[in-house]
Amino acid sequence: MDKVFGWLKRIDVPTLIIFLFLIALFVLAAFTNVSIPSLLSDSIRRIGMNGVLVLAMVPTIRVGTGPNFGLPVGIIGGLLGALISMQLGLTGFVGFWVAILFAVLICIGIGLGYGWLLERVRGQEMMVGTYMGYSIVAFMSIMWLMLPFKNPDMIWAIGGKGLRYTLTLDKYFGHVLNNFLKFRIGGFEFPTGLLLFFAGACFLVHLFFKTRMGLAIDLVGQNERYAISSGVNPSRARLVAVVMSNVLAGVGIIVYAQSYGFLQLYQAPLFMTFPAVASILIGGASIRRANIRNVVVGTAVFQTLLTIALPVLSQVTRGDITEVMRLIVSNGMILYALTRAPREA
Amino acid sequence: MEKLKKFLISYAVPIAFSILCVSAVLIAKIPPIFLISEIVRRLSRNTFLVLSLIIPIIGGLGLNFGIVLGAMAAQAALFFVVDWKIKGLLGILIACLMASAISIVLGWLAGLTLNRAKGREMITSMILGFFANGIYQLIFLFFIGSLIPFRTKQFLLPEGVGLRNTVDLYGTVASALNRVWTIRIGMVNVFVLPLLIVAALCLFITFLFKTKLGQDIRAVGQDMHIAEVAGINVNKVRIIAVIMSTVLAGIGQVIYLQDIGTINTYNSHEQIGLFSIAALLVGGATTRKATIWNAILGVVLFHTLFVVAPSAGNRLFGQPQVGEFFREFLAYAVIAFALAMHGWRTKKILM
Repeated sequence: MDKVFGWLKRIDVPTLIIFLFLIALFVLAAFTNVSIPSLLSDSIRRIGMNGVLVLAMVPTIRVGTGPNFGLPVGIIGGLLGALISMQLGLTGFVGFWVAILFAVLICIGIGLGYGWLLERVRGQEMMVGTYMGYSIVAFMSIMWLMLPFKNPDMIWAIGGKGLRYTLTLDKYFGHVLNNFLKFRIGGFEFPTGLLLFFAGACFLVHLFFKTRMGLAIDLVGQNERYAISSGVNPSRARLVAVVMSNVLAGVGIIVYAQSYGFLQLYQAPLFMTFPAVASILIGGASIRRANIRNVVVGTAVFQTLLTIALPVLSQVTRGDITEVMRLIVSNGMILYALTRAPREA
Repeated sequence: MEKLKKFLISYAVPIAFSILCVSAVLIAKIPPIFLISEIVRRLSRNTFLVLSLIIPIIGGLGLNFGIVLGAMAAQAALFFVVDWKIKGLLGILIACLMASAISIVLGWLAGLTLNRAKGREMITSMILGFFANGIYQLIFLFFIGSLIPFRTKQFLLPEGVGLRNTVDLYGTVASALNRVWTIRIGMVNVFVLPLLIVAALCLFITFLFKTKLGQDIRAVGQDMHIAEVAGINVNKVRIIAVIMSTVLAGIGQVIYLQDIGTINTYNSHEQIGLFSIAALLVGGATTRKATIWNAILGVVLFHTLFVVAPSAGNRLFGQPQVGEFFREFLAYAVIAFALAMHGWRTKKILM
């Protein structure tokens, strides 16, 4: 009994509320004629789809610079990688891995610059990151119109210049991970490859935090002075963390795009940040500590909530209330994390 | 020489932006009369909102992204004024009073929240704005017409619940302030009353910082700990600063919307925070220092670029879209730059 209470005490109030809300939705779903297996397979797919993007929050939180609000910076790198792979006309798994390869290279480059900037603005990383994200998305919007991509599938049919808003990936690497070793049980579909990839990414990050560099990052996040006295270079640890977060964001958007089947350019990267930040916070992270379990739990709860809410709530209310719910839940969660007492945060 | 260098460094942003504006104007080849009349109109329309940012900056809270709360309050007030069919100046007056009342409550809540997040007020106020936007949508998309009575059916969605995307102010309060006293100089219309209100606000802000309260706000902004030791109730002063800013933003949004004439129910307030903050920063303000002149200069410079950017983009690249993205990029980049400078300086002080 004491154990249960101890466990309850460690859970945040908002997380508990969201969890109860989720259970209530499931109960509600049982009474309406919504197909639960298809809801579950949608949820599973969306967990794998968003997971890597949420994972990108871990390194920056652990090094003490807060959630990576500059997620679009890394996403842009990922989009560039995917675009290059498409321009080369590569398909299937080759296309996917080449996209990942280019994304990682570009993200390391951008990440070094972005990390250098964040090091200059210690203490304001979240704010500067947010606006760096906005700026780079607006800047790249110009670039999408000007960059010399020539593949007719990618550019506007009329005028022949500038990339389209959404690019279809069906002919390239759409759904390659989702369809890898996919199996079905009745109406329930299990995207094995997608989840394997997510699990692999989680495992790699977990391993990384066991290495010397990973431990250094943890140390800097917990106590910078102590880290210096133990011979760790905090600037370098932060730079590595930011680059790593950036790379994960780049890989994350490719995984997201292949599962969605479309590559979204222009304003789209902006809408990835806040749900990702909210996910890890819902999983029990704060703006100063996070682990892989927070990522998995948070993504699972938040994405399941979003998937289930739409069909269930649309039977109770008119119109799409889920979009509003997502705004309130994700921003409320971030707000709660930001205003927690400093000893916790 | 030393002086010149200092001048150039502290006014780097306005100078760079002036050069950018002049070149964009030259490239776009926009008729100067049109440009002047647009700028004059935008001065009377936007300056009040930009000025609402000054008090929290001096209070040490940084850029108050929470002014969108005031803007939402103003829109809520205007919806009801339109619904009750109160016309003209009386409508504006009632809208301002209602907006202020809602803004006081919202500002108080925002102040309480920001006091719990000292040192990260800006990001918190920004997220607070997004959160409030969710609540706003919940109210005006799902509650209005069902839980909250609303008579004017033409503004509601076909099912009778939720407001349409645009709510028209024509025939009620549109241009109610502008129309009172218009001076025509050649082709340029000057709306005197809004400009007078802006001037009054400038006087009020100048006067405020001469009072005890204003001095307290300044002291808190310079150093919270010293202010605390000096016997100032820091938390209370900060809350007052946020409430003032929110109320001013509410009134500012009423002035803005009566000029525009229609409310974009779900968008009008979102852009306001971004553009007001960008304008203030373009005028040479920083996250710790802002004056009335920064606001006025900022509105002129930022909106010049705003007007000419699409045609300049069209002339340069053959695509008006490029100009539009470019102007958006500038708004964000200016803020990012100012924030980076802020972080840079804070770090230097700490070291």
